[in-house]
Amino acid sequence: MTTGQRPLSPHLQIYKPEFTSALSIFHRITGTGLALGTLLLVYWFFTLAGTGDAFVKMQTFWASGFGRVILFAWSYALFYHLCNGVRHLFWDVGIGFDIAAARRSATVVVLLSLLMTFGAWAWGLSVLGGS
Amino acid sequence: MSLRTDLAKVRGLGSAKEGSAHWWSQRVTAVALVPLIFWFVASIISLVGAQQAVVQAWVATPWVSVLLILLCIAMFHHLQLGMQVILEDYIHVEWLKIASVMLIKFLAVALLLASIFAILKVAFLG
Repeated sequence: MTTGQRPLSPHLQIYKPEFTSALSIFHRITGTGLALGTLLLVYWFFTLAGTGDAFVKMQTFWASGFGRVILFAWSYALFYHLCNGVRHLFWDVGIGFDIAAARRSATVVVLLSLLMTFGAWAWGLSVLGGS
Repeated sequence: MSLRTDLAKVRGLGSAKEGSAHWWSQRVTAVALVPLIFWFVASIISLVGAQQAVVQAWVATPWVSVLLILLCIAMFHHLQLGMQVILEDYIHVEWLKIASVMLIKFLAVALLLASIFAILKVAFLG
């Protein structure tokens, strides 16, 4: 009996990629990215609690082009993970389980997370311009 | 026919010996994080470009200190639960799997304590 070759879940190389499965793996990728981001958040708390110029240095970094690219990716990862996480919570109470509904909610998650990211950036840039 | 004892069925903890506790904690922290993250992101945006003293005064506001600590507790708990599942799924060397899950749990506790310490330092000492 050959049982060694059966695909077991999660088996990304064997399952055909789908829109919904791409979102599922992206939930894990953004989750891992956000986990790494907490290192910067904790460092930011420490610069804030410190007396040196580390806080100003970090603020200058975030205002730079490279800093803004990182911040943009970070904000998108956060909003994506948040929206898709809420989608998971709906599934947990038994709502939206069929394939058509899962595809619809996937589209909503992608669009809503983009909208939230651009909205947050528009607000942030207006704060920066007004000060 | 099931070979499980009646007691095992009643306990319902399964082979991992923890039942749905891990799954449930992840959901509880997720629900807590939704409003906390919206509040935190909105606050940070309104503080864009602010002087260190202004941000410190914000953190030192009592209800802000409490909400920040709540955010950190929910966030680091959610983080280590999620990372544990990812590590368990993709690492197939048993000792490395156990070591990395343990490491992420140690790191989560250490980073949580570091955050709380920094927040309280700003709150009490400025």
